[in-house]
Amino acid sequence: MRFALSSTMDSVSKVEAAAEKFAAEAGLDEDERFRTTMAVREAAVNAVLHGNDYDPDKQITVSFENNGKDLVIKISDQGKGLDPDTLPDPLAPDNLLRGTGRGIFLIRSFMDEVHFRQLHPGTELTLVKHLAAAQKTT
Amino acid sequence: MALTIASREVDGVTVLDLSGRITLGEGSVQLREAIRDLIGKGQKNTLLNMGDVNYIDSSGLGELVSAYTTSKNQGAALKLLSLTKKVKDVLQLTKLYTVFDIYDDEASAIASFK
Repeated sequence: MRFALSSTMDSVSKVEAAAEKFAAEAGLDEDERFRTTMAVREAAVNAVLHGNDYDPDKQITVSFENNGKDLVIKISDQGKGLDPDTLPDPLAPDNLLRGTGRGIFLIRSFMDEVHFRQLHPGTELTLVKHLAAAQKTT
Repeated sequence: MALTIASREVDGVTVLDLSGRITLGEGSVQLREAIRDLIGKGQKNTLLNMGDVNYIDSSGLGELVSAYTTSKNQGAALKLLSLTKKVKDVLQLTKLYTVFDIYDDEASAIASFK
């Protein structure tokens, strides 16, 4: 499943709803559904807000794939690009009381793998959830 | 579900009963305005009842931190009550659990302001 959306918060809501459905259909347990959906939502917010800066001429693209072993979700924007190595550590004492800077940290915490690819212009995030440990055991 | 905020007074403490989600575009702005309004009125003791907040994102976390620092800078205190498991997990993950005064029962929380 792959679709392109405008750079709006309404699109973020649509991506979040699609992620929730995708994770449920893959059989993830409740905690992993929450974590995966939240990671996807954070990535969509990043794409719309920090990537495309709500530019109506730019879109975000989202794809969901279940290959039987992993859930692979890709979210891309058409913005100026993001270098993940330059992001400050939100857990550092000096950053703990900052109002921003936790989105990528949450994505990395909630997914098994996170990959960044520069698109020139734009950034593509690939979020991976390994199915074996994340599915319901009942 | 968007955020709803109801305000009540208990022994000199303003309790804000929050319900819904604190996220970018849904609850962050309402929370910011509610805190700003209280500080503008000179309220020094605020307790955020999070018992019905089932979701908070990175923007919502930022708003909580801003509420905390804004209150502190104005000589006011802001504390949290009744975190749901999901909100508690996110606060622990981001180490914000160590920043806030957090209570499980309202009477203890109200008493802590004295």
